[in-house]
Amino acid sequence: MTVVTTSPAPAPVPVPGPVAAVRRRKVTPRRRATEVLLAALAVVVFVCSVFPVYWMLQSSFLPTNKIRATEPTFFPGADFTLRNYETVILNHDRAQFLPAMQNSLVVTFLTLVIAVVVAFLASVALGRYRFRGRRSFLVAVLIVQMIPGEAMLLTYFRMVDGWHLLNTIAGLTVLYVAAVLPFTIWTLRGFVAAVPAELEEAAMIDGCSRSRAFWKVTFPLLAPGLVSTGVFAFIQAWNEFVLALVIMSRPESMTLPVWLRTFQQATKATDYGALMAGSILVSIPVIVFFLIVQGRMTGGLVAGAVKG
Amino acid sequence: MTVTAPAAPAAPPLAGAGPSRRARKPSPFPYALLAPALAILLVLVGWPLVNLVITSFQHFGREQAFGQPPTWAGVENYTTLLADGEFYAVLLRSFAFMVAAVATTMVLGTLLALLMMRLAKGWRTLVSVGLLLAWAIPALTSVMVWGWMFDTQYGVVNHVLTQLTGESWRGHSWLIHPLSFFLVLGLIVVWMGVPFIAFTMYAGLTQVPGEVLEAAQLDGAGARKRFFLIQVPYIRQIVIVLTVLSVIWDLRIFAQVYALQGIGGLYEKTSTLGVWIYQVGTASGDYGMSAAAAVVMVVIMLAVSFGYVRQTLKEED
Repeated sequence: MTVVTTSPAPAPVPVPGPVAAVRRRKVTPRRRATEVLLAALAVVVFVCSVFPVYWMLQSSFLPTNKIRATEPTFFPGADFTLRNYETVILNHDRAQFLPAMQNSLVVTFLTLVIAVVVAFLASVALGRYRFRGRRSFLVAVLIVQMIPGEAMLLTYFRMVDGWHLLNTIAGLTVLYVAAVLPFTIWTLRGFVAAVPAELEEAAMIDGCSRSRAFWKVTFPLLAPGLVSTGVFAFIQAWNEFVLALVIMSRPESMTLPVWLRTFQQATKATDYGALMAGSILVSIPVIVFFLIVQGRMTGGLVAGAVKG
Repeated sequence: MTVTAPAAPAAPPLAGAGPSRRARKPSPFPYALLAPALAILLVLVGWPLVNLVITSFQHFGREQAFGQPPTWAGVENYTTLLADGEFYAVLLRSFAFMVAAVATTMVLGTLLALLMMRLAKGWRTLVSVGLLLAWAIPALTSVMVWGWMFDTQYGVVNHVLTQLTGESWRGHSWLIHPLSFFLVLGLIVVWMGVPFIAFTMYAGLTQVPGEVLEAAQLDGAGARKRFFLIQVPYIRQIVIVLTVLSVIWDLRIFAQVYALQGIGGLYEKTSTLGVWIYQVGTASGDYGMSAAAAVVMVVIMLAVSFGYVRQTLKEED
């Protein structure tokens, strides 16, 4: 994030004539009031954005009698307990947490690796070569992103069923790769195009072979791009819920988001303490990875490479 | 984004075309690089799409799902669909929700970006941290939390409202009434969507040259005038792209609606387009009809994003 050097000052009153001293005395209290108001707004925004997250965390540490109480417990206190986490991880009677986590991890990891490798190859072609059909491919990638997969759930179901891949890691992974690929290609292509070809050419003039120049010069500069693209693929696959719901319906093949939904049953009151604990466990990896990309995306690694 | 000057040094006689953008002979190398991606997209996006269109012209019900050959239906699915009052109700609902959600998200996001411009560094960091956290939470888990906060019996919202108004809100069900269902859904969608808008708008606003703003200020332009006459024109492109993206996202919305219905909404009264298509297919088993509706949705989405795709391609070359 770029920092503003000249932040627009609060509008001074355009008094013609009178000297600055008069003006300063006039403005100071107003300016102080504005500052207090702005700070108050900042606090309000912070509280509004954070409260649901706080509430998820706070509820996850409460015993059931505090969850089902007329007075909600707003702050952590003596009744702090890890019981909900224990319930969630060890003896969740409907579907198990650990197998679901394993499914999620495997599907996400496979999706990430396949998508990044395939997208990397494609983005090198798109970013480094001019060839017939290049533009059509770019158009296709953009358009594919706009096709709502949500509308095609049943088609996907029938297709995966036809391949006898329902309730399998392979079946879901294949769909996830297709779902994240267009975005992955598009993002990586931008990173490849941002590394000036001159750098590679310079290395070749210095005696590098073309492939060596690519791996030694361009590839390291692409590392941040690969990392952030990979993290985005990770977040998307880890969070995905609708396709998983359709493809992985058996209890033993559920992924975490589908598992999370088994807490809600028509016949039983929802155990919100456990549900919040489960939500926390599902969210933690995403939050961690999200914060990683946040920093990465803004790094202008290549900006000065040609000039310098 | 053509970075290199056209007169690239003649590529050394290596296999492949080299970085030269005017290789005399078309090299197969880029096509080889592209092949895996192309294959995946053809098999997993192209083929299902073709399948979807074919199914939309067929009678395809439960028997067909169990192996009976489907029969040709012509445009019957489409005529039935377009004569169906429920389809229009769903469309109207989806669009009305989208418009409200996009407008709220954009306005709030812009206001937050302006707030961040005015804040001192420490306060700005506070706001950024809060927004980042809201942004990072997965869609499904945020539905779960908001569902818990709006819980009929023990929800914190009903408790706070009881404290504030003096009347008892305990037992008030938010999700059972379609209107308040969409209010809660809107809260979730806006809460999740605002951070992205705010950060992008803020990044855009910081690019507006300070001298221009100062000059306008000296000329007597107030904050509002400076915003509409200087800042907005500078970041027009960003505003348009953000709006189009929000429109697309809020029209496609599925997981949030579906999960919130699971917590306690009425399916018939609250389904948006994607969810309805899914339910027509699964609940009534009418795949043909569901496919026709899906084709309509695909067409709508493509029409909405047409301008965006064109704009992006224009920037490309």
